[in-house]
Amino acid sequence: MSSNHSGVVAHQFDDAVQQRETANLGMWAFLITEVMMFGGLFASYGYYRWKFHDAFVEGSNHLDYLLGATNTGVLICSSFTMALAVQAAQAGKRKSTIVFLLLTMVLGLAFLGIKAVEYTEKYEHHLIPGHGFQVASAHPNLVELFFAFYFTMTGLHALHMIIGLVVLSILVSMAWRNRFSTDYYSPVENAGIYWHFVDIVWIFLFPFLYLIGRS
Amino acid sequence: MSNGGSTSQHNGAGENYLTAGYGLKSWLLTTDHKRIAILYLITISIFFALGGLFAVLIRLELLTPAGDLFSSDTYNKLFTMHGLVMIFFFLIPSIPAVVLLGGVDTGWTFYAPYSEAYSNTAVGLTAIGVFITGFSSILTGLNFIVTIHKMRAPGLTWFRLPLFVWAHYATSLIMLLGTPVVAISILLVFLERVFGIGIFDPALGGDPVLFQHLFWFYSHPAVYIMILPSMGVISEIITCFSRKRIFGYSFIAFSSLAIAILGFLVWGHHMFVSSQSIYAGMVFSILTMMVAIPSAVKVFNWTATMYKGTIIYQTPMLYVFGFLGLFTVGGLTGLFLGTLGLDVHVHDTYFVVAHFHYIMVGGAIMGYLGGLHYWWPKITGRMYSEAWAKLSAVIIFIGFNLTFFPQFLVGYLGMPRRYHVYPPEFQIYHVLSTAGASVLAVGYLFPLVYLLWSLAYGEKAGPNPWQAKGLEWTIPSPPPTYNFDVTPVVTEEAYDYESMPREAQFVIEP
Repeated sequence: MSSNHSGVVAHQFDDAVQQRETANLGMWAFLITEVMMFGGLFASYGYYRWKFHDAFVEGSNHLDYLLGATNTGVLICSSFTMALAVQAAQAGKRKSTIVFLLLTMVLGLAFLGIKAVEYTEKYEHHLIPGHGFQVASAHPNLVELFFAFYFTMTGLHALHMIIGLVVLSILVSMAWRNRFSTDYYSPVENAGIYWHFVDIVWIFLFPFLYLIGRS
Repeated sequence: MSNGGSTSQHNGAGENYLTAGYGLKSWLLTTDHKRIAILYLITISIFFALGGLFAVLIRLELLTPAGDLFSSDTYNKLFTMHGLVMIFFFLIPSIPAVVLLGGVDTGWTFYAPYSEAYSNTAVGLTAIGVFITGFSSILTGLNFIVTIHKMRAPGLTWFRLPLFVWAHYATSLIMLLGTPVVAISILLVFLERVFGIGIFDPALGGDPVLFQHLFWFYSHPAVYIMILPSMGVISEIITCFSRKRIFGYSFIAFSSLAIAILGFLVWGHHMFVSSQSIYAGMVFSILTMMVAIPSAVKVFNWTATMYKGTIIYQTPMLYVFGFLGLFTVGGLTGLFLGTLGLDVHVHDTYFVVAHFHYIMVGGAIMGYLGGLHYWWPKITGRMYSEAWAKLSAVIIFIGFNLTFFPQFLVGYLGMPRRYHVYPPEFQIYHVLSTAGASVLAVGYLFPLVYLLWSLAYGEKAGPNPWQAKGLEWTIPSPPPTYNFDVTPVVTEEAYDYESMPREAQFVIEP
């Protein structure tokens, strides 16, 4: 390492600014891949929803929109606390960074808890596809198809939440060890971008799965 | 190209990236891009040999009209494995793993319902394998894009970048945009099989054609992942061995991007006979024709680069000639296939097989071998035997044409792909093709021998045996771990060959 480097600039970078810009661009590029991946799912869902409109509306009516709406509120709040954590990190405030990160984690866990309640309910009503699926309907196969998409899409989203929580817990421990400064906060910033993205996915999932066409 | 320079770390005399450490760990956990490249090179070469072995077995079976060597089931597995290994583990090189654990017999495309109802072997495991290699593709693309945007050397503006880098930039865009879609499609197939839910299975209301759309949305652009890097290699070699600056730099650069973008709009040409709407077919057909424009821009610019140049017939240049001829044949027959009416006739015949082998083997592998010979002195510090290298380049060219040209004919006459039993009147073409494959195999074995031989006995190459332009030729061969002691400052366009003094034009005698 040459002398003009503080301890946090890796050897392949000239300075902290270049390192931060590189990390940010990497995160945005990664999110593009996420958009394409969820895009494939949404496109397939949209196609089947158009093709089997009635069955998908029927499936939609089996979902608990109150729990879904609650979760939407929880996630929006978590995005707010995440934004505050990023701001605190940029300002070099160690204590509030940790507090806001922990708050975000609590809200994330609350989301997953509510999701678990919903999943359990579906299990009790025999609405797990491929696993003794039973529904009173004129076309049970197609309602099952709806639930296959429901579980795949919300499951993949929940997986992203879990990964986000792991990342946040690592950030808390880094902040605890005083690793961030006004020069070096891009991990918090990029985790924030990721977290907001995962929220936005839910903002699309909620109306598509729970709301539209509901009677 | 531009990374790593800023450190002031000094490399001891004689020390280079190959001698920086000898333990297994120093290789497997390395962050040095050159060592990673060597790991890739070894891995993909092994997979290439494996995929080639499957091809040889296929050709042996096809020598006679009857199915005498393998059962149809085994034959199905063979051509699936050949396709999977060559595409996912050689042409889109990536991290291998699971394909070797079991046979798969869906065709490399995993088409539903083959992948659901009829196939009881290791589709699930293979799907995971492809999923993992997908991550590898995405991360590689991400790394390249960010590096090219943010970590160029001072003075290395976008229009001073080597065209090789532009080609990789376009490739990375495709990897970034396409791979996630195939990942999610393969994931859905996986869920469908493991949990028995119907997403693409028509028996459960699913639509197998939807799978084809998702699959080809990635897999057509993926063929450009395979060919674009080779096009980049061709741009580098052709200008160096013509001793002339490249003709139409910005056209070649932007045609790479144009190919990447258009590549995403033509997937439906794989599905002309899949029951998709005829109007969709017409649009896809027109868009497919448009891909020919940037491809032709490249070919014309390359030939214009050679015009009035001082052409030097070294091995890398021979591969360039091979590329130009074979890619042109492959590209033009692609236009045949993009024509709606003609495609109905030749769909799923050997005409298609011949077409994509002219692009993939004729194009991509010519680029791979040309690049390997061009940068071998830089990678290893040694020169290979020029005479042997030229001989094998010629053998490969002859063997290739003998293998695949008869397939155009037999395909046009109606021989379908993926059959191991066929009517006796087709035998002559299959015999020619199998004979060609044997010649080709010999041509591939030669480089393995003389390149390995050169590691121990080859002449020392020196930093710049080709008198080539480009930053990598300004440092010792093999390069030190940190590439540049001092970050280089770029002050000129790429490929400024004409301003080089005449006497420095070339040193190596054939």
